Amino acid sequence: MAEAVMNYDEAISKFDPVLGLEVHVELGTHTKMFCGCSTVFGAAPNTHVCPVCLGLPGALPALNKIGVESAIRIGLALNCEIAQWCRFARKNYFYPDMPKNFQTSQYDEPIAFEGYLDVDIDTDEGRKTFRVPIERAHMEEDTGKNSHVGGATGRIHGADYSLVDYNRAGIPLIEIVTKPITGTGKYAPEVAKAYVAALRDILRGLGVSDVKMEQGSLRCDVNLSLRETPESKLGTRSETKNVNSLRSVERAVRYEVTRHAARLTAGDSIVQETRHWHEDTGISTSGRPKSDAEDYRYFPEPDLLPIAPSREWVEELRAALPENPAVRRARLVADWGLSEIDMNTVVNSGALNLIVEAVSAGVEPAAARKWWTGELSRIANDRGLEIDDVPVTPADLKRLEELISSGALNDKLARQALEGLVSGEGDIDAIVKARGLAVVSDDGPLLAAIDKALAADPAVAETIKSGKLAAAGSVVGAVMKATRGQADAARVRELLFEKLGVSE
Amino acid sequence: MSDLIRKDASELAGLVSSGEVSAVEVAQAHLDRIAAVDGAVHAFLHVDTKGALASAAAVDVKVKAGDKLSVLAGVPLGLKDILATNGLPTTCGSKVLAGWIPPYDATVVTKLREAGIVILGKTNMDEFAMGSSTEHSAFGPTHNPWDLERIPGGSGGGSSACVSAFEAPLAIGTDTGGSIRQPAAVTGSVGVKPTYGGVSRYGLVALASSLDQAGPCARNVLDTALLHSVIAGYDPMDSTSINSPVPDVISAAKRGDIKGMKVGVVKELGGEGYQAGVRSRFDESVALIESLGAQVVEVSCPSFPAALAAYYLILPSEASSNLAKFDGIRFGNRVGDDGTKSVEQVMSETRAAGFGPEVIRRIILGTYALSAGYYDAYYGQAQKVRTLIKQDFDAAFAKVDVLISPTAPTTAFKIGEKLDDPLAMYLNDVATIPVNMAGLPGMSLPIGLAPEDNLPVGLQIIAPAMADDRLYNVGAAIERELLAKWGGPILGLAPELAGA
Amino acid sequence: MSGISQEDVAHLANLARINIPTKELGHYASQLDAILNAVAVVSSLDTSNVAAMSHPVPMTNVFREDIPGVSLTAEQALSGAPAVEDERFRVPRILDEE
Repeated sequence: MAEAVMNYDEAISKFDPVLGLEVHVELGTHTKMFCGCSTVFGAAPNTHVCPVCLGLPGALPALNKIGVESAIRIGLALNCEIAQWCRFARKNYFYPDMPKNFQTSQYDEPIAFEGYLDVDIDTDEGRKTFRVPIERAHMEEDTGKNSHVGGATGRIHGADYSLVDYNRAGIPLIEIVTKPITGTGKYAPEVAKAYVAALRDILRGLGVSDVKMEQGSLRCDVNLSLRETPESKLGTRSETKNVNSLRSVERAVRYEVTRHAARLTAGDSIVQETRHWHEDTGISTSGRPKSDAEDYRYFPEPDLLPIAPSREWVEELRAALPENPAVRRARLVADWGLSEIDMNTVVNSGALNLIVEAVSAGVEPAAARKWWTGELSRIANDRGLEIDDVPVTPADLKRLEELISSGALNDKLARQALEGLVSGEGDIDAIVKARGLAVVSDDGPLLAAIDKALAADPAVAETIKSGKLAAAGSVVGAVMKATRGQADAARVRELLFEKLGVSE
Repeated sequence: MSDLIRKDASELAGLVSSGEVSAVEVAQAHLDRIAAVDGAVHAFLHVDTKGALASAAAVDVKVKAGDKLSVLAGVPLGLKDILATNGLPTTCGSKVLAGWIPPYDATVVTKLREAGIVILGKTNMDEFAMGSSTEHSAFGPTHNPWDLERIPGGSGGGSSACVSAFEAPLAIGTDTGGSIRQPAAVTGSVGVKPTYGGVSRYGLVALASSLDQAGPCARNVLDTALLHSVIAGYDPMDSTSINSPVPDVISAAKRGDIKGMKVGVVKELGGEGYQAGVRSRFDESVALIESLGAQVVEVSCPSFPAALAAYYLILPSEASSNLAKFDGIRFGNRVGDDGTKSVEQVMSETRAAGFGPEVIRRIILGTYALSAGYYDAYYGQAQKVRTLIKQDFDAAFAKVDVLISPTAPTTAFKIGEKLDDPLAMYLNDVATIPVNMAGLPGMSLPIGLAPEDNLPVGLQIIAPAMADDRLYNVGAAIERELLAKWGGPILGLAPELAGA
Repeated sequence: MSGISQEDVAHLANLARINIPTKELGHYASQLDAILNAVAVVSSLDTSNVAAMSHPVPMTNVFREDIPGVSLTAEQALSGAPAVEDERFRVPRILDEE
């Protein structure tokens, strides 16, 4: 049942929102956090399991080094301090998707803490930076997956029983928790979205996760509370679980602001509870109350030894961090002379890194951008390839551009050469040779083709002569067709106008 | 009855490797012995006749082929039912695991199999190793071969009893607070708890992870050392495993020379609360050690009186978490699943039906000690006491090479005597617990019978971490003198078992 | 340190998912109370400058390389399960959400 909500602007005029975001990232390690089972998504049920991640009696965890390294790198990228010494802890509670009935996690000794992330959003006063304070980033493990059988909806309520697949159990997770984010005012939804987007970009840049929100490798919980004024003490918060798209993050914050405001204005209290987000209807519903009786009985995990990352290791990892995506983006926008909109196109194409590589190989930024966001994106799309998997190297693009600027290839032929590359027909020069891709530079065959085209459409010559130069397009097109694209269109146009005695 | 069953493990290994006796004959002799006496002793929960004979036959094939054999190839062994065995039931003495067959082997088991040791079966134990008498087994108690009305110690009473009843020359036990050493003491056998991290815990069903350690049980020091050398060593599957060479326990067991050594008697582990016959035998051992050229001094470990209390907070806390996985979802028995109840109810009923009262007591106690409001006062404080105990040991080992005490305050008590008095039961481990708290190696060695009841008394020897070899050196020196004095092994004095 | 009541035992048993019959709560409470009284001796030691010891072996940074090992087959994984359906562990209906 939908709860009462208040108009957003009215809510914001009455209350000051305080945000908190908890993001769980599944790491892209080859193996699970504590055992050698594969983390590949989509395997047959209960085939990526072993005594350790099934929690069989006697099994013991062994910590994945890349899991720890990834956690440190994430911490560094989020401007965190890295613990000198920390431990895992057991979080004890019973749940069927958790094989040991405790989660191996970190409690009061997170590996990374006290960081921040700056995010830019558009405000009424222009673009503005908000600093999101980060409390901690800690390591833990994922649970298995329940599917519910029987009942009406396949949901947990009303189900007759459930089936559990433990393939996901034990996959490394990093939980990144912000401190209460204050001072956003009406921009709370935008800040939340921008934070998750920036975080996603950073994680992608680090190469630690595929950060696919739709596959659950990045999961977001949104905490929100309202208070009367920025000076009031924090209000009771709600925790909306599994808000799994950027758009939903924004919507969930907005919805909770309006829901809290309606309750508070009506004199109702906010229940501290977890809530479930419904992507389809855009509302959240009440879940489990957070009772005081919840007692996880944390204690240091005796089966795993403390982690004491040496400062040398930490500095080594820091030195090897990629440039912060936001900083890099600003730099590239300036270097390449792009608009923000152009840059968005580039980023959305997923080809930013490919373009950067082509540019550093000597390709003009505009050309590299044109090929990767245009023809190569199309080819990737047609062939169902990830853009990263398109087999075109920076050297290929450089050679292609040389051939174009020397006049040996035109745009159309260059596209054919790229098709050839993706089809694995060899390098650019080999394809040009094998496919016979060459601009026809001899005027003789072109003039013959022009005559033929004019003969086929007797009226067109007069139209052009009368000053309607646009009509030349059809003649040039016919010539290009006749020469199977190998003519230089500009030369054809030149010859046509000469012949008809018109000037441009 | 074949005289093979009375032979030492090292002697049996020699007979097998020389081809004088086949490993199958050795295994069969012990299986016959089990068939004859285990009805009365109940050391075994599961006897794997087929598997034992098959692995013995495999050893015989190697002998015939002239292959190189490990030091204990073809020697039979009883395995405590807390170590996972692929294809063999593993119950931990609990109904909650009745019928469970693990799909994997514990690292210790893998090492035993690779060494050609013949696993006769799984031995009885207090449920999840919680107890000092083996009375808390869900499958009935084990009886002490010295007096069937008495307990064989615990939790590894099945392992100590099978060795002292000549059902197997070797056994594996596990020791969290004394579960190898106290049973060895009350059955007149030898048992060693290695340095924590010396033997892999992978596949050892955890009671208290920071205290548990598997170790060897046998009838003499050298056999114990041979078995120790087979099971010890680094294992990447156990993060707490120590990656350094195994101390040379075999050479130490053959050496037995303590001339010039400094031996410390722990003042706090003796005196009041210790049975008169235990004290007199201990005092004789002190004199014997001095007569062998070692210097004996008294050392004080002032935190030890709090060790038992700290232990009974740390152990239940860790156990309450370790035992959470026994919920009837992935393995083991499930109770109450009638199609109407929720998973929460079914888990609760499964655990209530599957666990015995001692296990439930300790889980509740541990749940309490870890609770938010009590953590600092109980678990946190106990861990600090643990540091103090470690500091006491460090100070003591700055002055002496090894420490000694009685292993247990009394000889074997009567079955039923302390069953419903947990605190009285816990006192059995008062001398062995500090060793686990500090992660040190300890041995129990038979040093005679208490005059008042003619039951065995054990001497505990304690060494610094990764100096397990010192236990064997000291143990061998004392054992040599005592064997000469007794004219043979002390187990020769035990009454013949009916049926044998 | 405080004593432990029947209500405490009931609460703890619920946390530990053990269905203790009401009539047995009193017996457990009195035994646990006696044990807690005995273990209270830990608070008699001065530990003001003492660090808590969680691991007996003073080692750190024990890691495993990120290299795949051997997993069980689904058949092995499910072999000990009380109830199986569709290559998954079948469990009674779940009341609480996590």
